[in-house]
Amino acid sequence: MANLNLTLKVWRQLNADDHGRIETYEAKNIPNEASFLEMLDIVNERILVDGGEPIHFDHDCREGICGMCSLTINGIPHGKDKGVTVCQLHMRSFKDGDTIWIEPFRSRVFPILRDLMVDRTAFDRIIEAGGYIDIRTGAAQDANNLPVEKDKAEAAFEAAACIGCAACVAACKNSSAMLFVSAKAAHLNYLPQGAPEKQKRTLAMVRQMDAEGFGNCTNQYECEAVCPKEISADNIAKLNRDYVISSAKEAVG
Amino acid sequence: MSALSCCNNSAPFRFWNSSIGKKIIVALTGIILVGYLAGHLVGNLLIFQGEHAFNEYAHFLQTMLHGYGVWIARIVLLGTLVLHVVATIQLTLANRIARNIQYQCPDTVTATVSSRMMIWSGSTILAFIVFHILHYTVRVSPTLAELGENNPHAMVITGFSNVLVSLFYIVAISLLCSHLSHGVGSIFQTLGLRSHKTALAIDLLSRAYALAIWLGFISIPVAIMVFGFGK
Repeated sequence: MANLNLTLKVWRQLNADDHGRIETYEAKNIPNEASFLEMLDIVNERILVDGGEPIHFDHDCREGICGMCSLTINGIPHGKDKGVTVCQLHMRSFKDGDTIWIEPFRSRVFPILRDLMVDRTAFDRIIEAGGYIDIRTGAAQDANNLPVEKDKAEAAFEAAACIGCAACVAACKNSSAMLFVSAKAAHLNYLPQGAPEKQKRTLAMVRQMDAEGFGNCTNQYECEAVCPKEISADNIAKLNRDYVISSAKEAVG
Repeated sequence: MSALSCCNNSAPFRFWNSSIGKKIIVALTGIILVGYLAGHLVGNLLIFQGEHAFNEYAHFLQTMLHGYGVWIARIVLLGTLVLHVVATIQLTLANRIARNIQYQCPDTVTATVSSRMMIWSGSTILAFIVFHILHYTVRVSPTLAELGENNPHAMVITGFSNVLVSLFYIVAISLLCSHLSHGVGSIFQTLGLRSHKTALAIDLLSRAYALAIWLGFISIPVAIMVFGFGK
């Protein structure tokens, strides 16, 4: 197949205080087999040769498991392909002559560091608030010694697949972090090691989420649709349920 | 100061001020309003049963529980509506602030149009409710006020004989249908009663309920305006 000639509309912003703007780049002769990030690497090399400032973007493992890459492509976080991060998106998904809009993950809670890089430490603070187990629960063989119902084990495992990339926040019309928080809470709340601290964890994580200034879930399921790990919105229903029960228990004392 | 800080830490205050807590209030008040609509519709449809049945029903509403019943219903519904509206406005404002910069090239994967215009369908319905109460409950029009006292059936026929009234009614009920198609399903998710196993059934129930409410309410002005019912 012939190589692609594309037009890129890229968000450029010097720092959090800068206003930022869309700039246009021609991406000529891009191989089909390149990943989306490799395409940006090629474009950046050419910008460097021309003496310009390359486009800054986050990336790390480039195999879909670290959660670092964070590009909104044509309005959809990680692009329109289902169940992949942007590093796993390949240029064969695009056609010759396409115009591609590349923007950062948008949320007031994630200040733009530069161009397409955003500061997602709000997620770390939510984990610090309750996304852990207080005691040592042992090594691998200890986990296997503890019986866990199959349904719960699977639900916990699926929730644990969350890589914390924040595509859910970026896709949500309200910048809500409910899918992330609910997955991280469910992952531990389902398991016997995490269940004793369920009430404390649920309240602390939701309160931190609110304190960060994320929006409120309006049940549109955009998060579930774009999640590269296909985390289910069932976790959000569970978080709602757990939050009500935990609040009631706290009020009663 | 101390009294205020005591209130700020109270359980109901914290619940109301949390994102999930406020949404739970929206869902619970939503249940009351959704249930009320069904009752209101069934009562309204008595108009097709004839003048006697409808006026008997109106008389029953006015006199049930020695006349206290209608006031209990009004106070409960008004309180419910105020909570629903205040909570949703606060949530919407917070949502706008959270996405302070919009995408230059926005796209939507799965969110329905109805789910994205809830605040607009909701505020039109609110404006309609104010009009509807002034129209048929307070009866600001002297003609309707006189008819309302003696013959509620004739009041409805006369009321809907006005083209503008009927058109506004149809627009408002259509937006109500849109509001319900997202709202009914949302109740289940917000209360934690939805999962991928029930998602399709809940979505269908939500749309079917919205459609039933739409058809039921629209049938009255359409019968009067188009088919000359009651004239």
